[in-house]
Amino acid sequence: MNIYSAISANKWKTWLVMSLFIVFITTIAFIFSRALGYGDAFIGVALIFAGISSFGSYYFSDQLVLATVGAQEIEKKDNPELFRIVENLAIGDGIPMPKIYIMNDPSPNAFATGRDPKHAVVCVTTGILDRLNKAELEGVIAHELSHVKNFDTRLMGIVAILVGFVAILAQMFMNNLWWGGGRRDDEERGNSQAIFMIVGIIFAILSPIAASLIQLAISRKREYLADASGALLTRYPEGLASALEKIAKDPRPVRGASNATAHLFIANPFKGKDAGAWFAGLFDTHPPIEDRIRILRNM
Amino acid sequence: MWIAIVIIAAILLFIWASYNSLITAKIRIGEALSQIDVQLKRRTDLIPNLVETVKGYAKHEKELLTDITNARTSLMKAGSLEEKAKANNAISDTLKSLFAVSENYPQLKANENFLQLQEELSDTENKIAYARQFYNSTVMDFNTKLQVFPTMIFGNMLGFKPAEFFAATEEEKKSVKVKF
Repeated sequence: MNIYSAISANKWKTWLVMSLFIVFITTIAFIFSRALGYGDAFIGVALIFAGISSFGSYYFSDQLVLATVGAQEIEKKDNPELFRIVENLAIGDGIPMPKIYIMNDPSPNAFATGRDPKHAVVCVTTGILDRLNKAELEGVIAHELSHVKNFDTRLMGIVAILVGFVAILAQMFMNNLWWGGGRRDDEERGNSQAIFMIVGIIFAILSPIAASLIQLAISRKREYLADASGALLTRYPEGLASALEKIAKDPRPVRGASNATAHLFIANPFKGKDAGAWFAGLFDTHPPIEDRIRILRNM
Repeated sequence: MWIAIVIIAAILLFIWASYNSLITAKIRIGEALSQIDVQLKRRTDLIPNLVETVKGYAKHEKELLTDITNARTSLMKAGSLEEKAKANNAISDTLKSLFAVSENYPQLKANENFLQLQEELSDTENKIAYARQFYNSTVMDFNTKLQVFPTMIFGNMLGFKPAEFFAATEEEKKSVKVKF
């Protein structure tokens, strides 16, 4: 498929998954509250808790991540070529120039974060600067800037809030089950309540995992979208394809990465994992590299 | 009676939304156009420094240096868009000749200042290209909105006309001949 259809395909797939996610959450919230005999205030409280806990990490996402990986901000004179690449691509995308950071790590990788284009940050490892040529580096930076332009940090932040919400709901349900509480009304209500209770228990166990799987599916779609948007910016998909090939060849994991930051990197920072069975792929934040390279080369 | 009111309200809301969407897209085109000018000005600002550096080493190229300075002056005097475009093209041409000619002066080529200016100017050309690319993407966005189904009904009525993409002139499309 061409660049434009890749972009629109990934956009509508994101919204499809988000809608299904909302339906999923509404369903389990409904089941839990009916099972316990609670009203809807219970849902509101869970949402607020989830919102508060995740909002902080979204709002300060740039500073948090940079602090964890130990990156240093650079000015134009520190690395004029990198600076110019970022500056020119930002002009091409019509976004303000992001701050540029370098992290000292031999593993070739890069990430971008920030709650909107005005507060954006792009970070590259020393490993990637050593290995890639100019066209490849442009492909990588274009991909990262696309994450910024597509407001992916904001989207994944919202998704994280929803996932947290699901986990809290499940937890609250299990707590209430264990410790009692909840209103048992008249007999009629009691029977349907029992059914909801059984369904509720099943959902309470499975829903946090399901929510995570949905979160990872959204993350993978956004990666494909950033690949396509980046290619549209450079008009040279081969640059990124070639860069991904080089990155895939390097088996070393990125030292500073954690589970919380993994989805921000251009390639899975926990290397050494092979594709394996298809369902193992469901737990990946990134799509398989071979697929990404193939799609880019067919644009 | 109620149905008629609801329908009319819906149509009005729709016209309002279409108008806002189109006018926003149109303003963005204007901004993108100005951003191209920002980069072109960068290039113009680098010229005096370039002329001074080259003068020191290539005294015989007086004609070329005068050409560049004249091109820059005519840009600063230019009023209409057409005059500006012509002046900018003149600057592009003279810069090309200047860098080609500098090949004959090894001492000039080794000069730090000259090398840095060359890099800056080359980078500025890249910036101009990206600015034009972005401008084209804003034009595409506006033209698409103007012509897709729901908005197209009211687009013309509200007075919007399609915008023009940035196009290279016939001269620019020809392959470059470098004459020493």
